[in-house]
Amino acid sequence: MKALSRKALRDLWHLRSQALAIALVIAGGIANLVMSQATLRSLEATRDRYYAEQNFADAWVALKRAPESVAERLAAIDGIARVETRVVAAGNLAVEGFDAPIRAQVLSLPGPGIESPLNRVRVEAGRLPTSGVGNEVLVSEAFAKAQGLRPGSTFRATIHGRAHTLVVVGTARSPEFVYQIAPGATFPDFRRYAVLWMDRRAIESALDMDGAFNQASFRFAPGARTAETLAAIDAVVDRYGGLDAITRKDQLSNRFLEQEFRQLGTMAWLFPTIFLSVAAFLINVVVTRLVGMQRDQIAILKAFGYGPGAIAGHYALVVALIASVGTLIGVAGGVVLGHWLSGVYMQFYRFPYLAFSLDETVVMTGFAVTLAASLAGAALAVTRAAGLPPAEAMRPPAPERYRPSLIERLPGFGRLGQPTRIIVRQIERRPYKALLSVVGLALACAIVMIGRFQNDAIDWMVDVQFRLAQRNDLGVNFVEPVGRAALGELAGLPGVERVEPFRYVPVVLRNGTRAQRTAIEGLPPDGILKRPVNRDLRAAPIPDAGLLMTDQLGEILGVRPGDTIEVQVLEGRRRTVVLPVVGFASEYIGVQGYMALDALNRALGDGDVVGGARLLVEADARDAVERRLEARPRVAGLGVRELEIRNVYESIGESMLTFTFVALLLGIVINFGVVYNAARVALSERGRELASLRVLGFTRGEVGYILLGELALLVALAIPLGFLIGNGLVWYMSSQLTSDLFRIPVVIRPGTYALAASAMVVSALLSALVVRQRIARLDLIEVLKTRE
Amino acid sequence: MDAAHELVFRARGISKVYRMGEVEVHALRGVDLDLRAGELVVLLGPSGSGKSTLLNILGGLDTPTSGHVWYHGKDLVDADDAQLTLFRREHIGFVFQFYNLIPSLTARENVAIVTEISTAPMKPEEALRLVGLGERLDHFPAQLSGGEQQRVAIARAIAKRPAVLLCDEPTGALDSGTGVRVLEAIETVNQDLGTTTIVITHNADIARMAHRVLHLADGRIAREHHNEAPIAARELRW
Ligand SMILES: Nc1ncnc2c1ncn2[C@@H]1O[C@H](COP(=O)(O)OP(=O)(O)OP(=O)(O)O)[C@@H](O)[C@H]1O
Ligand SMILES: [Mg+2]
Repeated sequence: MKALSRKALRDLWHLRSQALAIALVIAGGIANLVMSQATLRSLEATRDRYYAEQNFADAWVALKRAPESVAERLAAIDGIARVETRVVAAGNLAVEGFDAPIRAQVLSLPGPGIESPLNRVRVEAGRLPTSGVGNEVLVSEAFAKAQGLRPGSTFRATIHGRAHTLVVVGTARSPEFVYQIAPGATFPDFRRYAVLWMDRRAIESALDMDGAFNQASFRFAPGARTAETLAAIDAVVDRYGGLDAITRKDQLSNRFLEQEFRQLGTMAWLFPTIFLSVAAFLINVVVTRLVGMQRDQIAILKAFGYGPGAIAGHYALVVALIASVGTLIGVAGGVVLGHWLSGVYMQFYRFPYLAFSLDETVVMTGFAVTLAASLAGAALAVTRAAGLPPAEAMRPPAPERYRPSLIERLPGFGRLGQPTRIIVRQIERRPYKALLSVVGLALACAIVMIGRFQNDAIDWMVDVQFRLAQRNDLGVNFVEPVGRAALGELAGLPGVERVEPFRYVPVVLRNGTRAQRTAIEGLPPDGILKRPVNRDLRAAPIPDAGLLMTDQLGEILGVRPGDTIEVQVLEGRRRTVVLPVVGFASEYIGVQGYMALDALNRALGDGDVVGGARLLVEADARDAVERRLEARPRVAGLGVRELEIRNVYESIGESMLTFTFVALLLGIVINFGVVYNAARVALSERGRELASLRVLGFTRGEVGYILLGELALLVALAIPLGFLIGNGLVWYMSSQLTSDLFRIPVVIRPGTYALAASAMVVSALLSALVVRQRIARLDLIEVLKTRE
Repeated sequence: MDAAHELVFRARGISKVYRMGEVEVHALRGVDLDLRAGELVVLLGPSGSGKSTLLNILGGLDTPTSGHVWYHGKDLVDADDAQLTLFRREHIGFVFQFYNLIPSLTARENVAIVTEISTAPMKPEEALRLVGLGERLDHFPAQLSGGEQQRVAIARAIAKRPAVLLCDEPTGALDSGTGVRVLEAIETVNQDLGTTTIVITHNADIARMAHRVLHLADGRIAREHHNEAPIAARELRW
C-alpha cells in the first residue's frame, strides 16, 4: 500500500470515535433509504408477481341481479377479452368461543371447468370446496389464523337472513383481498372480518339467485380504451341495478396498496436527506479540524513534490472511507429494517410471500449520494488544504483574533464569570458553526418527534371519531332499508337508552367533469350519537335540506357551500338529483356527504325508511343486546365501539412502538454525532488553552464547564428550534399522507415534546460524559510542551 | 570548489517583501548567489535576517517578489505551481528544524512517502541505513528521539537522490552530540552522492565543515568566505 494511503488509514483510525459517530449518522440515512426503497420495491415486485400469478382482473362491476346470459353481452363489448360472473353476499358469522360479531363477505368460486380464472384464489391449506356440496367453505387465511380455524373447523353463518353451519375445507388468499378491510372500516381487523369462498350453486341457492349473478370481473383486451369500455359495461348492467364499473384504481385493496407505495416513496428521500445533511456538516467540522492540525504535514508533502491534487485526494480518501463505512453499516441496517418493515406490511397486506429484493442500484445510488454529500461537506477544508502554500504552512497559524462583540456591550456582560465569557466569545467567533450545530441538533429533536407522530395522530383520530363525532355503543346495519317501526323494536330491548336511525346510500357525486364515488349518510338533524364536526371540532349541524360534505370531498369535486351538485344514487330507484351543497364537515378517514334523513328519503323517493341505527346501551346490558341483535336475520352488521377502539390499537400498536423506538435511536445517533464531534473538536482546538487554565489553578469542573457549557447552551437553543422543525415535518408528512382515503391530523401531544426534549438532554449528557473522561486525562505537561 | 563545477543555482537580485496590513517586511533585499554542483554551503545570520526565506525560494517553496533564480539555466520565477511541484519532486530534498515527520507513519513509511513519487530512488531501508537508523525502520516518530527523528528526516530528503539538499537549522533542536551525528549524515550525502547542500544554522562552529560560508544580515549577503580546509563533521564540538 502507498504510504499516503496508509497515512489516510491511520489518520482515520486516530479519529475513529469521531468518524464512527459520523458514520452512524450516515448509516441512519442510508438505512432509511435502503429500508424504504427495498420495502417499496419488494412489495411492488411481490404485487406484480402475485397479481400475474392469480390473474387479477382489470375491472369489476357490481349489480343487483342479472341472468347469466348477460355475461355474453358483456363479453361482446369492444375492449373486453374475458368476463367472469359470480355471486357475492354479505354475511354474519359466529365462531365458537368468540363473542363479538364477525362480518363476512361471501364469494362464489368459479366452476371447475374454468381454466385459470380471474382473481384466482390461492389455497394455502386444505382444498377447494367440492362442487355440489353446499356447506363447504374456503376461508381467508388471515381470518383463519386470527380465529384459529383449520380445515375441519365449523362455524355458524347467517347469509341473506338464513342460518347455515359451514365446514372449513381450506384456507386461501386472493389478490382482491391483499388489504383485507371491511367496507367503511378504518383498519383491518382479521378477527372480525372474513372473506369466504363457496361453491357457486350453494351461494346461489342461499341467495335465491339460481342462474343469475351479481358481480362480474373483466380482463381487458390489449389496447382497450378504459373509459369507453367502462361506459359500455355500465350501459349493459344499468337495467340490472348495476353500479358504476371500476378498474384496479378504485378496487379497494389495490387502492390501499397504491396509497402505501406513494407514502413509502416520500419517506425514501425525506429521512436520508436530513441525515446526510447533518453528516455533511459533521464531516465539514471534523475535516476542517484535521486539515488545521496537519498544516505542517501538508507543507512537507508539498515540499517533497506532492501536488494539490494528491493532497486533496488524500483527504477525500479519508472522507470517502467514512462515507463507505457509514454506507456499509447503513445497508446492513437497512436490510434488517427493510425485512422488519416488509414484515409489518405483510401483516396488513396479505401477500402469500415476499419477493424481497435489494436492488444494487439503490445501494449504489445511496453510496453515490452519501459520497457526494460527504465530499461537499469536506470540500472547503480540502480545497484549502490543497491550496496551502508550502512555505506558509510551515509556520503555525496566526492566533485567532478576538474582538469585543455585540453581546459584550450588553449590560450585565461584565458580571459574567470568566469561563462564561469564554463560552460566549467562542460561540460568537464561529457563529455559523454554532448555528449549524444547533440546526443539526434540532433535526435530531425533530426526528424523535416524527417517531411519535403517528401515535399522536391516531390517538387524536380515535378521540375525535369515537368520542366526539360518534358516541354510540352499538351500531346496527340492516340487510335492506326498513320502515321506522324497526326503531321502536330496538328501543324496546332492555338496556337500550337511545336509538337514532341512519341511512347509508352509495352515490356518485358529479360537478362538471369531476366525479367521486362515495356515500351519503342520512341522519336525524337533532341526533346526538353521530354528529359530523368541522375542522375546529365543533359540531357541523345537519341542514334540513341540502348536502353537508367533508371538506376533502369538496376539494376533490371543486365545490363550495352555495354550489349545487349532481347526485347519482346507486341503489333503489337509482335517481339522479341535483342538491345544493350547504356546508362542510371534516373527517380524517374517508370522504362522504351528510343529509337530514327525511330529506334524503324524499330526494330518493323511497318513503320513510332507515338503513340502520345507532344505540346507546347501559354498560351491563350491552352483551345481552349484542347477542339478541346478532340472532336477527335482518341485521347485516353490528359495530361495537369498544371493540372498534381496541382494534385500532391492537392492529397497529406494536409496529408503531417499533417505529417510535427506531426514530428515537436515529435521533440519538444524530445528537451524539453532533455533540460528541463538537466536543472532541473543541477539545483538540482548545486543549492547550484548557490545560493552561488547569495549570493556573482552575478545577476540572470549571474547565469542563467551559468546554461543555458551550454545548449545553447549543442543546438548549436546539430544543425549541427542534420543536419548530418537528412541527414543520409533521405538517409535511401529514400533507404527503393525505389522500381521498384519509387525512392525517397535525397533532403533537405534550408527551411527544417531552420525549424529544428528554432524548436530547439524555444523549447530550451521555456524550458529555464520554468527553469528560478526556478532559480528566488532559496531560498538562504534554499539552504545554507540544507545539501546534 | 571551482568554476569547473557546473552551476546549479544562479540567483540575481532576489528580494522578498511580506506585506502585513500597513507594514511591509523586507525579508530579502537583493540577493545574488551562485551555487555549484557538490558544494556544501553554510548560511549564517541573526534571527530574521532572511535565511529561511532565501532557502525556501531556492527550493521552489516560495517565489521572490522580484529578481530571478535559475536552476540549471531554467528560471524558477517563470514556473507555475505545477512546474514548481515537479521541480521539488525531482530535484530538491528538504530538512527542517522541527523534523516535520508525519506522525502517523513509521520511519520507513516516512521515507517511502517520498521515494514512491521519485524516478530513481534508493530503497527507504537503504536511506535509513545511510543515516545510521537501519535498526529503527518500524518505529513511529513518537518512539524516536529528536536526533533520530532528524536523521529520518535526512533519510527522507536524500532517499530520492536529489541534486540539492536544503537544510533549515537541522540541528537547532538537538544537543551537540546528536547534532554531530546528524551533520555526519549530511556530510556523507554531500561527499558520497555529490549532493549540492545548503545548511542554515545559528551555530558558527558548524560553518567549519562547509566549503563556503555565507553571512546574511538584514536581507543581504553581508559576507562570504571560502574554507580552504573544511574539517570533518565528527570533529566538530560546540
Ligand atoms: N509569511 C510571512 N509574513 C510576514 N513576514 C514574514 C513571513 N515570513 C517571514 N517573514 C519575515 O521575514 C523576515 C525574514 O524571515 P526568515 O524566516 O527568512 O528569517 P530567518 O533568518 O530564517 O530567521 P530565524 O533564524 O529566526 O529562522 C522576518 O522579519 C520575518 O518576520
Ligand atoms: Mg528561519
